[in-house]
Amino acid sequence: MEKAKRLLRLFLTFLKIGAFTFGGGYAMIALLEREIVAKKQWLTNDEFLDMTGIAEATPGPVAINSATYVGYKIGGVLGALLATLGVVLPSFSIIFIISLFFDAFLSLTVVTWAFRGIRAGVTVLILSAGIRLFARMEKTPLALVIFGAVFLTMLAISLFVLHFSSVFLLLFSGVIGLCAYAIRAIRKGDKS
Amino acid sequence: MILSLFLAFLKIGAVSFGGGYGMIAFVQETVLSHGWMTQEEFLNIIAVSESTPGPLAVNMATFVGASQAGFAGALAATLGVILPSFLLLLLIASLIGGLMKFAGVRAFLSGLRPAVVALVLATAFTMILSTAFGLSSLKEAPVFEATDLVLFLLIGGLALFFRLWKKKALSPILLIVISGALGILLSAIG
Repeated sequence: MEKAKRLLRLFLTFLKIGAFTFGGGYAMIALLEREIVAKKQWLTNDEFLDMTGIAEATPGPVAINSATYVGYKIGGVLGALLATLGVVLPSFSIIFIISLFFDAFLSLTVVTWAFRGIRAGVTVLILSAGIRLFARMEKTPLALVIFGAVFLTMLAISLFVLHFSSVFLLLFSGVIGLCAYAIRAIRKGDKS
Repeated sequence: MILSLFLAFLKIGAVSFGGGYGMIAFVQETVLSHGWMTQEEFLNIIAVSESTPGPLAVNMATFVGASQAGFAGALAATLGVILPSFLLLLLIASLIGGLMKFAGVRAFLSGLRPAVVALVLATAFTMILSTAFGLSSLKEAPVFEATDLVLFLLIGGLALFFRLWKKKALSPILLIVISGALGILLSAIG
């Protein structure tokens, strides 16, 4: 009984988080912290920081990653399932309903113009997210080289309409990071 | 169709790091290369996904899926984008102890992070070229319209002004609402 109540609260908490976060993973982290650490005290601050690091560093949407992780910590596999379902359900329903009317909606002139503005707005949003990420990025010479190379390659891919998946760029960059670490470790070994 | 939606979003869910903004680049690549949408339709979808609540990735998956194959498509794409993270995080949460303590893992991530930042900025840059200057690739002639450039400069200027004046970023939802209103306003004037 106690366990069922706990699982229900877990589901409802993540339903709320899913319904009230706008603008992607980074906005969600703030809401999660308030609900899960400050209000419900399901995780300590340190556990929350670990969770955030893992959710950001593993592939997939940060919101899904955090929901799965927190859900598992609190209610095992069933908890993970309920938390993930909770965080997804509101957006899935809203977007599905919008998509049904979207074409009719877009054929209105006013809407076309609104979306012309919104497209410019979204571009600005992504640009500013990119600038913020760059500002907080650790700027070692290696990181800057990787950044420059990936940036230019991506631009070339889209301007010349090349078919090359950016996934390989990411994996390749990770391997370069690994190689640089190995080289440093070998050099250190030579000196000592 | 349903299967290819599921597989495409499974791949997106499995390989995209760093949340929604990092994911936009992958989803864009996927829908354009499958011919599911044009660049313009895709930008509309991002706009809707941004201005509705919930994880950006789930919103995009639901929308792309629904536009291609109705409810089943929406379900397949959403399930696809969620499944890899769900399984991986379940594994990590149960094995938690010290994946981050391995120097190799940290070294790999130190190479990955700047690449993610570059991906986001490159996406922003190609979007500026296509929304503000009508240039979607060097193979096609640009379709330049001064209105779109004016819109971009106005909204960008507003975001910058707010940032410098209030010392914090304008909330995404407010920015979207203002952008839509500005678009309508410009149509009334022009």
